[in-house]
Amino acid sequence: MTMINSFLAEKGIYLLTFILLALGVAGIITCNNYMKKLICMNIMQVAVIFLFLCLGQKRGGTIPVALSGAAEAAEYINPLPHGLMLTAIVVSLGTTAVGLSLLLRIKEKYGTIEEDDLLYREKLLSMETQRTREKLKKQDQQSKDK
Amino acid sequence: MIESNLPVLIILSPLCAALICMLLTAIHRELGRAVVVLAVLVSLVMSVMQLRLVIDGGPIHYAIGNYAVPYGIELVIDSLNALIIVMISLIGFLTVLSAGNFSDRRPLVHGAANTILALLITGLLGMASTGDVFNLYVFLEITSLSAYCLIALGGSRGVVSAYRYLLVGTIAATLYLIGVALLYGATGTLNMGDMAEILDKGDHDNVMLLASCFLIPAFGIKMALFPFHGWQPSAYTHAEPGTRPLISGVMGKLPALAMFRYFYCIFGTDFVYVKYMMAVLGVFSVIGMLYGSIMAMWQSDIRKMLAYSSVAQISYISLGFAVGTPVALAGAFLHMLGHAFMKGGLFFCTGAVRFKYGTADLNDFGRLYKKMPLTGGLLTLAALSMIGIPPTAGFFSKWYLALGAAGQHEWIYIAVLVISSLLNAAYFFKLIEKLFIQKSSGIRERWSSRELELPVTLLVPIVVCFIAILGIGLCNAWIVDVLMMSLEGVGL
Repeated sequence: MTMINSFLAEKGIYLLTFILLALGVAGIITCNNYMKKLICMNIMQVAVIFLFLCLGQKRGGTIPVALSGAAEAAEYINPLPHGLMLTAIVVSLGTTAVGLSLLLRIKEKYGTIEEDDLLYREKLLSMETQRTREKLKKQDQQSKDK
Repeated sequence: MIESNLPVLIILSPLCAALICMLLTAIHRELGRAVVVLAVLVSLVMSVMQLRLVIDGGPIHYAIGNYAVPYGIELVIDSLNALIIVMISLIGFLTVLSAGNFSDRRPLVHGAANTILALLITGLLGMASTGDVFNLYVFLEITSLSAYCLIALGGSRGVVSAYRYLLVGTIAATLYLIGVALLYGATGTLNMGDMAEILDKGDHDNVMLLASCFLIPAFGIKMALFPFHGWQPSAYTHAEPGTRPLISGVMGKLPALAMFRYFYCIFGTDFVYVKYMMAVLGVFSVIGMLYGSIMAMWQSDIRKMLAYSSVAQISYISLGFAVGTPVALAGAFLHMLGHAFMKGGLFFCTGAVRFKYGTADLNDFGRLYKKMPLTGGLLTLAALSMIGIPPTAGFFSKWYLALGAAGQHEWIYIAVLVISSLLNAAYFFKLIEKLFIQKSSGIRERWSSRELELPVTLLVPIVVCFIAILGIGLCNAWIVDVLMMSLEGVGL
């Protein structure tokens, strides 16, 4: 029992982060709705942010702001992963914004964001363009014959 | 003053243009585009200066803002990425120049497209020159985000393929971040050179093994290597027509460069599992070379054919990494340079045909050489180069790859190289047959002029690509010498 306890105390957070990551990836693969896929993508990104924050953590460390009485580096947690993740959060914000605007355009053009419907409509669209192309070619031929 | 700050100025020039482009477009429709063209031209001139400096004086290490190196961000320019930076800025310049012919009528969309194009070039240049693993992530995402937008500008099909690319690309970025987290946790540094030294000293094989399990899929997705290529054909096909040469010609090469940096510069030969990782990469490339070529044979839309052929061509580069001797690596980098001009040139040509006749169907290409001699010439030369016929660039890169593989006694790789070249010949001769033999179909001209077959801005890229493909082929010894300056002692 103590072994499991100590394992969970030391590595448990990594296990949870991994589960979160796997949930996100699984969601992207299995969800049919594009909005849900986007949400799962965000969950996945949050998992990585947690992973980095775990790296910066240490027992007995305080926030990385210069305090009187704490002069040693050992007394502060590592601020660098936090800085990195600030950048990663901004990137994930940008990605989400682009994703949402793309979703808006998809909804505008196809009228749906369900993957099955979308595939069906894409097929219809390609058949239609082929038909119009053939029609145009026939018209060209006829005008030439005349 | 300029000379000592070259590495950062090359990246900053298109970035500044991107920032003011929208504003200037509001004043006058073409002003923003002109600034972007000028800025990329400035980058091109500076990158050539930088290449000369690197050849004369060895690698440049540039600390941004003068922060001491393991703490601040460092740009490292050796002869490999100096050449690649010249390639990016040249194709970037040509793309920006020709993209004006395909621009949207709405001024706001026109300005936005040019802004994003400048950002894409910034990201690519940054990815090539950075020496910091997290900085690489930031530039990777700048590149990817602008690529999503440019693909989405290509109409309703483009939006869907951009969205799919966004999901897959974000998974790749996340996997890359996990790899960085593992390496950072083990070494405590983000600088590539510093990380390589620390990994050298201690026993970090397990961390490196785990990290490379995340890094191979991450870069594999971004460069569209075989099992991870699902997003690529539709994205390349439906991207905004003016920007296709840059997206399909250059974008896949930079993750490959990053992969090289990780496996050969950071992990190095002391990583005991590197052989196994490279074997995995070799299997992927072998299957990819065959699969991409076979799929390309089925397509009747020329854009889709070229997109699938990219899957095969990118595998040549990873095959060079998988072999891992300096000669094979030089072949891989030569292929990176050559293929960028071949694929970029082919997309310039299809763009030109689309501009003049409004079609991208292979069956409409009948006797095109009469109507568009220069375009037909480049299509033929690029196709021959793809197959690998001397004295074009494609022959020599395959030659060095085969030479490297023979040195390692990897006969399977050579056999697949030859088979894949034959398959390339099958579908590129189809293109050449349509160009020269098939009867011309009744396609109508949309643009015509007495003196020129195309507007000057479309002719310049075609001529430059033509010269570049021949030039890389004929000067291959000089280029390989320059590449070898950095590759000596790097390989397996």
